[in-house]
Amino acid sequence: MNRVSSPVATRKRGHRPTLRGAGTIAVFLAPALVLFVLLVLLPILVAGYTSLFKWNGFGVPENFVGIDNFTRAFGDSVFLGDLTRLLLLVVLSVVIQLPFSLALAMLLNQPLRGRAVYRVIFFAPYVLSEVTTAVLFTLVFSPDRGLGEQIAAVFGAEGVAVFADPATVIYALFFVVSWKYFGFHMVLYLAGRQSIPRELGEAAITDGASAWQTFRHVTLPLLGPTIRISVFLSIIGSIQLFDMVWVLTGGGPIHASETLAVTMFSYGFRRFEVGYASAISIIMFLLSLIFAIFYQRFVMRRDLEGAITTRGVQR
Amino acid sequence: MTRPKQVALHGISIAIGALIVIPVVFGVLGGFKDNGQLTTNPIGLPDPWVPENYTGILSSGVFWRQLANSTIIALATVFVVVGASSMAAYIFARFSFRGREALFTVFGVGLMFPFAVAILPLFILLRNIGLLDNPLGVILPQAAFALPVTIIILRGFFRTIPAEIEEAATLDGCGAFAFFWRILLPLSRPALATVSVLALVASWNNFMLPLVVFTDQSWWTLPIGVSAFQGQYATDTARVLAYVVLSMVPALGFYAVAERHLVGGLLGGASKG
Repeated sequence: MNRVSSPVATRKRGHRPTLRGAGTIAVFLAPALVLFVLLVLLPILVAGYTSLFKWNGFGVPENFVGIDNFTRAFGDSVFLGDLTRLLLLVVLSVVIQLPFSLALAMLLNQPLRGRAVYRVIFFAPYVLSEVTTAVLFTLVFSPDRGLGEQIAAVFGAEGVAVFADPATVIYALFFVVSWKYFGFHMVLYLAGRQSIPRELGEAAITDGASAWQTFRHVTLPLLGPTIRISVFLSIIGSIQLFDMVWVLTGGGPIHASETLAVTMFSYGFRRFEVGYASAISIIMFLLSLIFAIFYQRFVMRRDLEGAITTRGVQR
Repeated sequence: MTRPKQVALHGISIAIGALIVIPVVFGVLGGFKDNGQLTTNPIGLPDPWVPENYTGILSSGVFWRQLANSTIIALATVFVVVGASSMAAYIFARFSFRGREALFTVFGVGLMFPFAVAILPLFILLRNIGLLDNPLGVILPQAAFALPVTIIILRGFFRTIPAEIEEAATLDGCGAFAFFWRILLPLSRPALATVSVLALVASWNNFMLPLVVFTDQSWWTLPIGVSAFQGQYATDTARVLAYVVLSMVPALGFYAVAERHLVGGLLGGASKG
C-alpha cells in the first residue's frame, strides 16, 4: 500500500503541516462533509429520534413512547413476515441465483464462438431500472393479455396469475429479481475467473484431475473473494429491496410479498405513522450494519481489511 | 472442445438468452398491437401493425419532458458528487492529519445507509427547507448518498499516483489546488469515468426519492413516469407496453454504445464498494 504520500515527502524537506495546510484540508473537505452530515447522517439521527415517538409527521414530535415502536414491530405479523420473506429471498438467491450465475460464468469462460454476444445479452437486464422491469413483468404475466398465460397453454396448463396468488407471489418476485440481477453476478464471476492464471488449471489437468475436480479444487477456492463479495451484495440488496416490489405488487396480495422497506414506506407515507415507520427504518439500518460488520469480520477478513471495521478498502 | 459439447453449450446459452429477450420483444411487438390483438394474439407478429401507441407517446411531450428531467438530474448529480468526492478523496489520499482515518471510516459506514433508512426524515427536512418539487431536493440527497463509494474508489486511485509527480510539481511552484486540478484529475480519468457511470446509473434508476419529492408532474423522472403511466392506463396494456419500451431505449442505447465502460464501471464500483 502506498502510504508514502506527499505529507511524508514534504516533511522530509523539513516542512510540517502548516496553517495553510490546515486551510487546504478544510476547504477541500467542506463540500463533501456538509452534504454528508446534512443529508445522510442527520436524517439517520433524526430517524433514531423520531422512532421513539408516536408521531404523524406534522409539527413537532411530543408523544414520547420510548421503545414501544420497536416492541410493536416484533409483535407485528407483517413485520415478522418481512423478516421471514427476507430470509427466504436470501436463501433462494444463495442456493439458486448465485450458483446459476456461477455456472453460466464458467460456461462463458469456455472457448465458445459468439460468447461475447451471450455475455452482452445476459448483462442487459441489469441496466434496466427496477421500475421498468417491474412494469414489463406485470404485463408479461398479466392474466388476460400476458405471455405467461399463453406459455402455460402451450404446456396444456391453466394459466396462473402468479402475482395475485399469495402462495406464489414471493417466488414470482424472486424470478423477476433474478432475471434482472443474475447477469451482474455472472459478469462479476467471469471477471474473477479471468484473473486466475491459466497455468493453475492446466497443471491440475496435467496431473490427471478431471474438469470437475479442477473446478472444485482449483477454480472454486480461487474464486472465493469474488463469491464472498457477490453474496454480500446480494444480501444487502435483499434487505433494501423496494422499487421492484412497490411497482410489481405493492407488497400484496395480503402482504405476501411485502419487504421491510415496503412496510416502512406504507406506514410512513400512506398511514402517517412516522414514528413507527422510523423504528422500522432503524431496524433495517441496524440489520445492514450488523450483517456488514459480522460478514467483513468473519467471512471477508481474508480478502480485505474491511471498509467498515477498519480503515477503508485498501489496495 | 468436442462438437456435441459445443452444441450443448450453445443450446443452454440460447435458451437463457431467449428468457431475457422474449419479454422485451413481447413488449416491443405488444406496443405495435391494439388490445384486441394482445388478447387474441399476444405472441405473434402484429397484424396489422398499429404504430399509434408509440407515435402518440412520442408526440405528447410528457415523455420527452421526463427524459429531459432524468437527464438533467442525473448529470447534475454526477457533477456534484464527483466534484465533492474528488476534493475529499484528494485530502484522504495525500494529506495526513489527526483524525483522518476516523473521518474516512465515517464515510465508509455511509455505505450501509440505504435511502430507505433516511427517506422519512429526509422528506421532512426537504419539506421544511422548501425543496419539495425542486430538482435540488433529489440531486443533493442522491449526491450525498453516492459520496461514500465515490470517495473510496477515488482515494484508492489517487494513492497510486506516485509521490514523485507531486514533489516535482511542488518544486515547480505548483500549489495544492493547481496540482489537484491540473495534474491529479487529468491523470485520474479512468477512475473518474468509473465513478461517473456509477452515479449516473444510480440516479437514472432512482425511484423512491423522486417518488416522494415530486408531486408536481412537471418534474417527474422516467421511472416515476412509467409507474404512473401504468397506474393511469392500467386497462390499456398495449399503450403501457409502448411506454415501457420507450423508457428502456435510453438505458439500452447507452449500454449498446458504451458496454465496456458501463460494465467496467459497475464492476469497479461493486468490488470496491
